[in-house]
Amino acid sequence: MRDVAIVAAGMTSFGELWQSSLRDLFVEAALEALDGAKADHLDAIYVGNMSGGQFVGQEHLGPLMADHLGMAGVAAMRVESACASGGMALRQAFLDVASGASDMVLAAGVEKMNDGADVTAVLASAADQETEVYHGITFPGLYAMIARAHMEEYGTTEEDLAAVSVKNHKHGALNPKAQFGREVTTEEVMNSSMVAAPLRLLHCSPVSDGAAAVLVVPLERAKEFTDKPVRILGSGAATGSMALADRQDPAFLDAVSLSAGRAYKMAGIRPGDLNVAEVHDCFSIAEICVTEALCVVDRGKGGEAVRSGYTSLGGKLPMNTSGGLKSKGHPVGATGVAQAIEIFEQLRGEAGDRQVKDAHVGLAQNMGGSGASSVVHIFQRV
Amino acid sequence: MPSPRYWREIPNRYRLEASRCCGCGKVCYPSRRVCPACGAADWKATRLSQHAKVVTSTVIHVPPSDFLNEAPYAMAVVETPEGARLMIQVVDCDPDEVKPGTEVNLEFRLIRREGLSGILCYGHKGVPVG
Amino acid sequence: MAGIVGYGAFIPRNRIKSEEIARQWGKDPDTIRRGLMLEEKSVPGIDEDTITISVAAGRGALERAGIDPTKIGALYIGSESHPYAVKPSGTVVAEALGVGPEVHVADFEFACKAGTEAMFVAYGLVESKQVEYAMGIGADTSQGAPNDALEFSASAGGAAYIFGRKNILTDVVDTYSYTSDTPDFWRREGEFYPRHGGRFTGEPAYFSHVLSASRAILDKTGLKASDFRYAVFHMPNGKFPLAAGKKLGFKKEQLEQGWVVNKMGNTYSGSSPTGLAAILDVAEADDLILITSFGSGAGSDSFVLKATAELPKRRARAPTVRSMLDGRRRYLTYGEYAKFREKIIVNT
Repeated sequence: MRDVAIVAAGMTSFGELWQSSLRDLFVEAALEALDGAKADHLDAIYVGNMSGGQFVGQEHLGPLMADHLGMAGVAAMRVESACASGGMALRQAFLDVASGASDMVLAAGVEKMNDGADVTAVLASAADQETEVYHGITFPGLYAMIARAHMEEYGTTEEDLAAVSVKNHKHGALNPKAQFGREVTTEEVMNSSMVAAPLRLLHCSPVSDGAAAVLVVPLERAKEFTDKPVRILGSGAATGSMALADRQDPAFLDAVSLSAGRAYKMAGIRPGDLNVAEVHDCFSIAEICVTEALCVVDRGKGGEAVRSGYTSLGGKLPMNTSGGLKSKGHPVGATGVAQAIEIFEQLRGEAGDRQVKDAHVGLAQNMGGSGASSVVHIFQRV
Repeated sequence: MPSPRYWREIPNRYRLEASRCCGCGKVCYPSRRVCPACGAADWKATRLSQHAKVVTSTVIHVPPSDFLNEAPYAMAVVETPEGARLMIQVVDCDPDEVKPGTEVNLEFRLIRREGLSGILCYGHKGVPVG
Repeated sequence: MAGIVGYGAFIPRNRIKSEEIARQWGKDPDTIRRGLMLEEKSVPGIDEDTITISVAAGRGALERAGIDPTKIGALYIGSESHPYAVKPSGTVVAEALGVGPEVHVADFEFACKAGTEAMFVAYGLVESKQVEYAMGIGADTSQGAPNDALEFSASAGGAAYIFGRKNILTDVVDTYSYTSDTPDFWRREGEFYPRHGGRFTGEPAYFSHVLSASRAILDKTGLKASDFRYAVFHMPNGKFPLAAGKKLGFKKEQLEQGWVVNKMGNTYSGSSPTGLAAILDVAEADDLILITSFGSGAGSDSFVLKATAELPKRRARAPTVRSMLDGRRRYLTYGEYAKFREKIIVNT
């Protein structure tokens, strides 16, 4: 396998982007990446998207996006893994280039959630239809059950959950592309309306529109496009039981652990080597569980990691300097690629007020559903 | 919900029909072809008991549109004595009463309606014992 | 000779007090309570209907019968609130109970006496040896129009009876049915609430048929009121069944056990069948029991039953009616009640 690098990135703001359609979002992000690299052709495009079909009635995004990018003829396909669609698109791009089959590959993610679809119902299609959704569960409900199991097993508190939201909003306030550019207090979080006990409104990531794209090329050609390429050192993907009821321990995210293990192995690094990470905080509890599944801390210590500032800017391993899904926004299919972009900028020293000093190894973790799929990438400054 | 999809699930939703793996003894609900624990594809038909214990739970305050007027309602992952786990609503109680360890009986209830003119979909819900 | 081999009942756990309904409509709670002799009634949850109630009652009946459900050759459900206008409740209940596929199924309607009619036909098929076992169920979740007298009584619940020829809990000594076309209470297709003829529902309807059927069966069997340990009549409110019983010569002690209406309300097709279940929960060997139902339109079914020594041995296998009336329950406000009974217009 060849070494692979990201050489350019492009991203829309995340938020309620009424003026932009699904294809508008994609083209905006993709063009920014292509212009940034001054690239004029592509060998392949992978479009990460959870459900263009259910949100706006549009499937078949590969050709649609290639066409609208002025690149009809390029091999293109949509990649889907619920909320991990973006990360999985990046992985497909990585494998395509690493294998030697392609040289210039665009990995992009896009989601248009605000065009009037029943968002709760669409998102619920990432859960088990027959055994979970049938009975009236929602996404927050699934993570709420995970939270309760975690609280029951390890004594994690509602304040721990709030700490994740407060931290990520603090970071997101420094991110010009974030959906919410403001901080929140613990009181605000704890008093926000209940969505699925114990998760409140401010424990939950928002509904967002947005797109993100990166250009992936062989490392040996990276300098043609940028002085500061970022190498994709490792990639790992995994699945877990689809239904929460089928998991041995509802408080542990098996798929995250497996995917991280595979990425660490390929990269030849350990959790202690990481300087910065973007993780999938669709709900506050998710960040706590992921911190444990990534082996950054021991099982049960995820709450303490947030409370103690270990994962804040300035801490030992800053997590979600972008604001995370909570504050930056979560256009489902775009998230995985946006996470990679944050690490890309951090490792290039271009993260502005969010910059982690001397960051040279970073990780992005993206998962789907209630944790049934997960993909982890590890990046290194070249 | 389209009729064929509903009708196929009747044995597991109405009668809690499940399967016991001949390879490792795991009870799988609903039934599947391949055992998730040992990979074998040889099963013996069985049924779940009509009572279970809560493993984890939540109270849904913001429901899906089909369940709008039922919120707030408790939902739980419960485990039957056979070791099978399923996700159900827990009703006829204060939703905050439902916690890990709560014992429930499984009762036959209307789960959802397909609007004003579609079919009625039945299944089981939990009711706390006592 | 056929008899009851299993019985079960179910009463939803949500309740509303008649004083709460009275207050809503500016009526004096005490007058209502005394006039109708109703304290409270059961309210079906959004997830409960005639089918779910029938399944719960049917499960109890199967527990007490201790038989293989596939041996049930006929299953009939009588109700005036079948969840579908077209598609039988009976098929859902049969599948849920594990009955079939070799089974006769049909839904019955005869206002409040559809349950006992279902029981009669089930009994008849077993008695004539057409099937080995048959189940008759009476269950309802009927509506009472807001600010109408029936709103205080219309409630939800039901009971299921399995008939067979061996291991009998209660013998069927005799049956009698009395019918005429009497338009005392009805509901046209498409209407949400039923309508009734006010005081016309009394003498010419309820009392005429209940008394005629009861007197006829007493005549037929040569029995008198004093021969019976228990009697239960259809209970549209607290007063009517006690008045009917008195007219027939029954004493309060004979009527008390089956008189569950003051706490349960009128469960329409489930009314006298549930009252009967409450009696079977306590009856002893050789006790004679009279049950006379009433269905508007109108008609009455009477059964004379005799408890056997088997009854006390098997009845502990399922919950008693008293335990359901007095057990886990929740009292609703009128607003919650209106929400559950879908009396509030919502966007669809």
